[in-house]
Amino acid sequence: MAENEKATAAAPEAAPVKKAPKPVSPGTQALRDVVTKVYAAAWDAKKAGRPVGWSSSKFPCEIAEALGLAVVYPENQAAGIGAQHDGQRMCESAESLGFDPDICGYARISLAYSAGVETTNESRRVPMPDFVLCCNNICNCMTKWYENIARMHNIPLIMIDVPYNNEVTVSDSQVAYIRGQFDDAIKQMEKIAGVKFDEKKFEQACANANRTAKAWLTVCDYLQYKPAPMSGFDLFNHMADVVTARGKVETAEAFELLASELEQHVKNGTSTAPFPEQYRVMFEGIPCWPNLRTLFKPLKANGVNVTAVVYAPAFGFVYNGLDEMARAYCKAPNSVCIEQGVDWREGICRENKVDGVLVHYNRSCKPWSGYMAEMQRRFTKDLGVPCAGFDGDQADPRNFNEAQYETRVQGLVEAMEENKKQKEARA
Amino acid sequence: MNNIYTMGIDVGSTASKCLILKDGSEIVAKSLVDVGAGTSGPTRAIAEVLEAAGMKKEDMAFILATGYGRNSLDDIADHQMSELSCHAKGAFFLFPDVHTVIDIGGQDVKILEIENGVMVNFAMNDKCAAGTGRFLDVMARVLEVKVEDLADLGAQSTKNVEISSTCTVFAESEVISQLAKGSDKRDIIHGIHKSVASRVVGLANRIGVRDAVVMTGGVAQNGGVVSALQEALGHPIHTSPLTQYNGALGAALFAWQKATK
Repeated sequence: MAENEKATAAAPEAAPVKKAPKPVSPGTQALRDVVTKVYAAAWDAKKAGRPVGWSSSKFPCEIAEALGLAVVYPENQAAGIGAQHDGQRMCESAESLGFDPDICGYARISLAYSAGVETTNESRRVPMPDFVLCCNNICNCMTKWYENIARMHNIPLIMIDVPYNNEVTVSDSQVAYIRGQFDDAIKQMEKIAGVKFDEKKFEQACANANRTAKAWLTVCDYLQYKPAPMSGFDLFNHMADVVTARGKVETAEAFELLASELEQHVKNGTSTAPFPEQYRVMFEGIPCWPNLRTLFKPLKANGVNVTAVVYAPAFGFVYNGLDEMARAYCKAPNSVCIEQGVDWREGICRENKVDGVLVHYNRSCKPWSGYMAEMQRRFTKDLGVPCAGFDGDQADPRNFNEAQYETRVQGLVEAMEENKKQKEARA
Repeated sequence: MNNIYTMGIDVGSTASKCLILKDGSEIVAKSLVDVGAGTSGPTRAIAEVLEAAGMKKEDMAFILATGYGRNSLDDIADHQMSELSCHAKGAFFLFPDVHTVIDIGGQDVKILEIENGVMVNFAMNDKCAAGTGRFLDVMARVLEVKVEDLADLGAQSTKNVEISSTCTVFAESEVISQLAKGSDKRDIIHGIHKSVASRVVGLANRIGVRDAVVMTGGVAQNGGVVSALQEALGHPIHTSPLTQYNGALGAALFAWQKATK
């Protein structure tokens, strides 16, 4: 983009950088290292004069992996920036550029970054893009978000359109529509990479992605144990790997290592959760990254463990071949119908034995939050558990209120307690 | 056998309420101070209720705090609970056949589903004060009337005036423009009551409404809102003269349970 445009992206004073994190297990460290390497590889590519891409989280990463293209993920970047308390400043910067405060917080952070506003979160600094990869299965706002980035930098946008599916099954015509776009994306990306698409490398990337998905599901399944060997909140952090590095063998290995640690915890009857588990809930939606500590505090105080998150089925897809891959990429939280969405969630609620549901009405994500009132009604009816909803935002802290959240969590805990007492009395 | 006295304190966003209960069944004294969390309200309400009962804090077997400011009373309260459970408890004490509680407080709206006296589910307003007590305070100020006179004035309405905005700020502008057009204050007030009702109905239907429906909180004292809500819901609504003390009553009942378990 032009220098004079960068100058218009003036930002308010930056938030302070956070202190170093606490020591973690080898599995968790390995997962962190994978993400660090993804960011480092992008900088290495840029320095070496090779192109760098910015990609949406559920664009088929296997293609870029097979072509050896360095790719980073603005959603992960924005979550990291939000978690390090630099989200509001970045959002406000985007608003100063003319982007509406009602659009997604991730989009605003990414657009501000794209326009030249630097973040205080050094670990989430990325080189400017030479191309963008957009798949709108996860988000509708994404199309315009990526079009804006492409226009700011005058770079190619490789678009894969996954229409919202009104039915539970994916039809063959949908698969053909998406498969055609995959083939086209491959041709465009071959030009960017300057190499021919190598089937063997692609098969390897697919094998890695499948292995990662299976290991991710295995890790998620450990939350079925009662008590769970970990805090389900940890899964939110591990999402970074599923988003940024599904197609890498190191990711699969790191998840397998984490799974073996969890297995050991189950055998020992121990848990990495920093409190004894009294209640188990599904946390619906993306967490409020800027308010993680605040989200966690009343849960910890009341012994509430998050043992179910929709990310398990949403990112744990296993496939064989390009057509199956096209079918798999049709299924993301915002591209499936409400029946499928309810089915996913109720499935993990049952398997992971939840006592209640905590629903984040995420102001950043209207498609996701819009149908939550109806989903909440169905959860209560079908599962017989209380549900509590709270307002918040995945990246913009201005949309979250701590006192309101605490009251809702306390109300949920009290309803779960009564429910438990009644069940015990009936037994 | 000695009597057991318990105290419930409900520190809301706009008022502090206290209630002392004897043996979990008889209301001994109550107090209300018109300022809430973060003010002198809670301390004053506690002093007033103790004085009215002729008792000391030490006479209380258990003190339970609820409401928005519940966590600021660690030095006096033995335990804190959410206002959700306390309103459910209070409403069940006053109306044993209750299945739905609609509580409109200073800055939030709660819909509680009650089964055998226990709250099994709930819904609350989002991060917006439309349809709450604060909304009515703002409207009363613009109309230059007392909030306690809204019900009587609204009842004298002869014409429908639509207040369509759900946002407090925009509704205020709408009221101002109605005044500028020469609309009768009484008709505007009736429109305001209907606007509160329509917002609450949307929330109530998320949970499902079952008789008996009980309305609690300060706004339940406004008969105009109650009748507009009754009409919009299609269910009769029960209220009590103790409506503003309902949260404190529930807290005192829970306190009694804890003192005697």
